[in-house]
Amino acid sequence: MNQHRYNTYRRVREFAVRHTMLSLTIVSLLFAVVIGISLYYKSAPILEQKSIWELLSGSTWKPLKGEFGFFPFIMGTLWVTAIAVLLSLPLCLLSAIYLSEYAHPRIKKLVYPMIDVLAGIPPVVYGVWGILAVVPFISEKLAPHFVEFSTGYSILAGGIVLGIMIIPLMISVFIEIFSALPGGLREASLSLGATNWQTIKKVVLRKSFPGLAAAVVLAISRAFGETIAVLMVCGNVSEVPKSIFDPGYPLPALIANNYGEMMSIPLYDSALMLSALLLFVIILAFNAISRLVLIRIERNFAL
Amino acid sequence: MRHLRIKRIEEKIFKGLMIIATLTIVVSLFLILVAIIRRGLPVMNWDMVSKIPSGGFYLGKEGGLLNAIVGSLYIVLGSLVLGLAFSLPIVLYINLYLPENSKLAQITRLSFDVLFGIPSIVYGAFGFTIMVYLGLRSSLLAGILAVTMLIIPILIRSIDEVVRRVPKEMKDAALSLGATRSEIIWVILRQVSPGIMTAILLSVGRGIGDAASVLFTAGYTDSIPTSLGQPVATLPLAIFFQLSSPITEVQDRAYAAALILTLIVLALSIAGRLYTRKFSKNKI
Repeated sequence: MNQHRYNTYRRVREFAVRHTMLSLTIVSLLFAVVIGISLYYKSAPILEQKSIWELLSGSTWKPLKGEFGFFPFIMGTLWVTAIAVLLSLPLCLLSAIYLSEYAHPRIKKLVYPMIDVLAGIPPVVYGVWGILAVVPFISEKLAPHFVEFSTGYSILAGGIVLGIMIIPLMISVFIEIFSALPGGLREASLSLGATNWQTIKKVVLRKSFPGLAAAVVLAISRAFGETIAVLMVCGNVSEVPKSIFDPGYPLPALIANNYGEMMSIPLYDSALMLSALLLFVIILAFNAISRLVLIRIERNFAL
Repeated sequence: MRHLRIKRIEEKIFKGLMIIATLTIVVSLFLILVAIIRRGLPVMNWDMVSKIPSGGFYLGKEGGLLNAIVGSLYIVLGSLVLGLAFSLPIVLYINLYLPENSKLAQITRLSFDVLFGIPSIVYGAFGFTIMVYLGLRSSLLAGILAVTMLIIPILIRSIDEVVRRVPKEMKDAALSLGATRSEIIWVILRQVSPGIMTAILLSVGRGIGDAASVLFTAGYTDSIPTSLGQPVATLPLAIFFQLSSPITEVQDRAYAAALILTLIVLALSIAGRLYTRKFSKNKI
């Protein structure tokens, strides 16, 4: 009798645990939807007054006069991201090839932890480093060769700091892709007399191109959303930058810098939440696409 | 023959470039650490970690950063507990209850991969809209919730990675002895505990250093909060705010805070490495 009651208890517990876990999982899936809806709900007031196109292409930002043009901030974001990716892509690609195809296991054992540390450094510390090292370097050493004057707080500084910040993500996805490639492909090429580099150029890189592209898109979306580090070194002037030594004002920095005053000016909070929504939607789409590509690659190679 | 020589030379050039690229990355890590330590160390003193700001702190007078250090710990511990409470059941569900090629499991994994890429400023802004909706002010609780959103994808992704690798036979053996699925949870958890530890260290490192998520939600204060409803200071914001001060003494404290934060993150990273090494030896 007792045994029977115990088993009933076990069955009930099993039922309870199973359904709690299932509902948690379902709720978690709705999470992204909830974020999207609530940000949209907050940005609706400004979308009712102005068309999205008008907002995105407008270049004057005067919240007090009710003018919200996002164009300078979008350009700021694009500039900083482009510089970051241009700087880090070649570094990451070469280094990932070296680490996965050439390096002795002992070197890997030495370098991998360092990449982990680089990944673990908080954004705000990158920002501090930017102020201590990158900004003075640009204003004192680099900029005088090209322009008359630069404070150093510029989209170039933002791009450099951001470029270093996305290295760990990019390099680790690159290495994963290279190691997912079947070894037989390399051996076939090497046995035909190709050198290591020829094999990499003609087989490894060509075969893993979709994966590499997905990894770059992941890195781009990381760069899009990075806030504090960029905010600290970019100068934050709401004008479209004309050269890389000009200050810029990326979207995330705009949100972070103005949250204090946004409640007191009409439509200001709505405009800022719209920029959060923009970031969310773009990054969500970028991430979803590249993750799907990466999943497919993993499945194809794991035959 | 010439063709052969060219391909040798090409090989050498590119190998050289690769080594240079790798060295550049390693060197930039050291440049960052050296810059932080060189600026932070001379302005470090015992007061920084043992005192809260006193009157005139932001004009360069007495006090330390204890409020921010304790605040960051409160936030990270709170969100770790909450985060584990959400992520462990989800990971266990998709691995224990769902069949191997279940659509729901795939969608869940994909969605957390995607959420992992969402920037913390969006979580902060989302947290803020919820706060406004509920009529809450910035507080420890709101900060904990925002950081929880940030670390749940990290926890789920890295715990899932280890739970997935638990041998299927182990599960089958327990089930065939008559255990229910919920009863084998403990068997699995014990098996993957080093992996969970690594996930915890990873998410603590990310949570303690993130500024954008707490900027909207946690507020800032000079005292140590005594309840969940009070605002709370955090280390990243201590750095961010004090660095924008024109007074050198105040800026010095930002650099000291940056050094403290860096040391915490380094310690977490080293601890994680030692821990996994210790446990990967006697894993089955």
